[in-house]
Amino acid sequence: MVTAPDSTLVPEANDISDIKADNTGNFTFPERNKFDSGFGITSKTIDYISDVKGDPDWVREFRHKALKVFQDKPMPTHWATKDLENIHFDEFRYYLSDGQKPKRSWDDVPEDVKKTFDRLGIPEQERKFLAGVEAQYDSEAAYSNIKAAVAEQGVIFVNSSEGLKEHPEIFKKWFGKVIPTGDNKFSALNSAVFSGGSFIYVPPGVKVKHPLQAYFRINSEQFGQFERTLIICDEGSEVMYMEGCTAPKFETATLHSAVVELVALKGAKIQYVTVQNWSSNVFNLVTKRGIAMEDAEVRWIDCNIGSRLTMKYPGVIMKGKRARGEVISIALANSGQHQDTGAKMVHAADDTTSNVISKSISIGEGRATYRGLVHIPKHLKGCKNNTECDALLINTNSRTDTYPAISVRGNQHSTQHEASVSQVSADQIFYLMQRGLSEAEAMSLSVNGFINDLVKEFPMEYSVELKRLIDLEMEDSVG
Amino acid sequence: MPTLAPVPQTSSMPSEAAPAAAPSAGLEIIVPARGKSSAPAWFLEKAAAAWSNFQSLPVPGLKDEAWRYSNAKKIALSTYQPAAAANEHLEAEAVAASSGLAETAARFVFVNDRLVVAETDRLPAGVICLPFEEALQSQAALLQQHFMQREMTLGSAKFAALHLAHVRAGLVILVPKGIAIEQPIEVFHWIAAEHAAIFPHTLIVTEDNADVTVVDHYRTLKAETGLSLAVADLVAGKGSRIRYIACQELGDKAQAMHLSSTVTARDAQVKNFQVQLGAEFSRSESVSDLLGEGSHSDMLSVALPTGDQIVDQRTLQNHKAPHATSDLLYKNALYGKSRSIFSGLITVDKEAHFTDAYQTCRNLLNSDEAEATSLPGLEINADQVKCSHGATSGPISDEELFYLKARGITDGESRKLIVEGFLADALAKLGNGPIADMVVSRIHEKLILAV
Repeated sequence: MVTAPDSTLVPEANDISDIKADNTGNFTFPERNKFDSGFGITSKTIDYISDVKGDPDWVREFRHKALKVFQDKPMPTHWATKDLENIHFDEFRYYLSDGQKPKRSWDDVPEDVKKTFDRLGIPEQERKFLAGVEAQYDSEAAYSNIKAAVAEQGVIFVNSSEGLKEHPEIFKKWFGKVIPTGDNKFSALNSAVFSGGSFIYVPPGVKVKHPLQAYFRINSEQFGQFERTLIICDEGSEVMYMEGCTAPKFETATLHSAVVELVALKGAKIQYVTVQNWSSNVFNLVTKRGIAMEDAEVRWIDCNIGSRLTMKYPGVIMKGKRARGEVISIALANSGQHQDTGAKMVHAADDTTSNVISKSISIGEGRATYRGLVHIPKHLKGCKNNTECDALLINTNSRTDTYPAISVRGNQHSTQHEASVSQVSADQIFYLMQRGLSEAEAMSLSVNGFINDLVKEFPMEYSVELKRLIDLEMEDSVG
Repeated sequence: MPTLAPVPQTSSMPSEAAPAAAPSAGLEIIVPARGKSSAPAWFLEKAAAAWSNFQSLPVPGLKDEAWRYSNAKKIALSTYQPAAAANEHLEAEAVAASSGLAETAARFVFVNDRLVVAETDRLPAGVICLPFEEALQSQAALLQQHFMQREMTLGSAKFAALHLAHVRAGLVILVPKGIAIEQPIEVFHWIAAEHAAIFPHTLIVTEDNADVTVVDHYRTLKAETGLSLAVADLVAGKGSRIRYIACQELGDKAQAMHLSSTVTARDAQVKNFQVQLGAEFSRSESVSDLLGEGSHSDMLSVALPTGDQIVDQRTLQNHKAPHATSDLLYKNALYGKSRSIFSGLITVDKEAHFTDAYQTCRNLLNSDEAEATSLPGLEINADQVKCSHGATSGPISDEELFYLKARGITDGESRKLIVEGFLADALAKLGNGPIADMVVSRIHEKLILAV
């Protein structure tokens, strides 16, 4: 029986408006899972998941192969943090669902799930500015809908299970091609037990005006969420996809290990926005990569505020001429957190350009790490990369690391990398306090100034939310 | 299984031929046996321990972070033997070819790890400047305190152990309190036999406010296939200054490794300058431990790889005290199919507040197939720190080229000038003078051959 971390936080039917901003996401409902794969992962777990989901044979086989790869691969602790050793794979449950299909209307969604998303403001946002929403609760989507006008243009927006069953001709062509099963231990794990996530296809020339959104919610304790997202933008099309996520704060660790594959065909443009606000018991180990064909553009706009350990290095493989890749990253590491983020830029065609801008803030004993890779192989010409990473340390025991790797071959490219580490200066704080701000307000204002130029890259609604979240994190950091 | 077996070293007399100079097939591993007359017991013990350490340590694999983008197997240990003494003709040839600085305070020439020339009469009184084997006899206390005391953390523990097991050449220098040696001490290390490995060592210790400059040259006599596995330890006392220049110009079939470490006491200033011009594969590992408040470390390097040369550079700026500063500038100009790998790290300890640390690696790519990899890293644990790193890779800019060509300078000449100017940046930090001039002329010589 799972109870709320603090039972007073469990909302009553009509108390949504009373919820205080600082406990966003930290509430839970009792589990009522019809399907539970149990603890640990074996080939029986895989069969259980495949049976419940009614997977086609090729998917079942794909999962089994992936499990083998997962079991054979060692933890990457020769370069990564030793905290990974604290992940005990037999203490997680790999699939939990109530066995219901995703609903097209919020009215059909079970009451407690609906309340959860109401509280997180999803239906409200949908009405206001989104073209489509998918809301995932533990392993499966509870709600999935796309506005009629967008669907009429031929845009497909469903969860991955529906995608592989109903659109196999498009799905199979790209599934697991951008990120192969064996890419790393966690992509193999995801390939074995994936459930949920979005499948999006945008037909040639269609520009989706409003963003599509997915929201990932973990409700159950000792659980692993493994969504799998595949976005394909056909020639000349455009889409913006946003994801948000929260989980309640349990005593035990929770695992979130997603795989996200983006395919931007000739001239297409994909923007993928993440605001990650997992609670500080979540291991967030995510593999994200996009392929950009000729003249295409893939942009990752990534903001990591929550989780215990995040390891996430969104990548772009620039496969066609003049393709463009970009990663804009904001990371905020508070005490007990390690944000190990970065970017991978693989140039694989002439005249491709990439840009990485990363800003991190370490508060208290928090640790922020930038890890990057830029690869410009032989026989290419006219490739350009710019990498900037700036770190801000708030307290004396804050920590930041930077580990880029830049490999360039040939004399027709140019790359530049710069990193700096700094503090909010005493002068700056004094100046603001003299004008009547409290120390915390002054600090918060300075920090917001530090990341302001990146926050502007987020859609308006998100950037407002982002500033609020950062203010919250900063609250107890000074004094 | 490495077959680089140590040769029994019974004395340093150059006439003695070592038995292991035979072809390497089927060589047995022998614990280093040095003659009773040549080394004290404590050292033999240490060398024997290092030898078994070398045998038990694995060759770093491809997954080893310290060897990322490089390959430790490039150092073909099994093809080398410790250098046997060269004959008199070769020694004379090497002495004649030992051209370097016009004015020196002391000058040494080692051929195949045997001392051939030692001029020390211009040194100020009180300075200890001895060939390694002599120092073993008379400077036990100094060696026991400072000789290879630092653990090798940048990936070459195995190679350092091999060095310790075989070391017999090089210098041990102690500059007492307040003495400044105006002219540099210059040392030449020659490889003069095929498949020969040499193990030159340099230990420089300065007491309070002392000042010394040391230049090490590493060369092959006839472009032999050889290995130079050198270690340099720089220990700077309070307020002292050390300038150390390692100038590696081995032939392009040879392989070079240079492992250096710097320790700074309060207000000490150390410059460690690596010049990498020769060898098919050269790896340098440089560590600076800033232990004293207000101390400063400059880590500088120029490299000019051409053809198939590989330059592999690993550095660590380790700030352990507050108010210390370090500055790293590595410049690589690449030609042909050459490759450079730069991997640097700045670590700032919890107590090392008010640190200023900078790290810059610049690669100038002059051909279509040259490849430069940069891994500049930072690990910051302290407060009130100013740290930055930058890495760039790119070709000569069109504007610079146009500027020179518009003034009537040919394309080839313009490019050469730009490359020289690019590398001179790091030299400027060494300060003008005969050493910078010497390095410039060595670079110039190589550029003329290369382009």
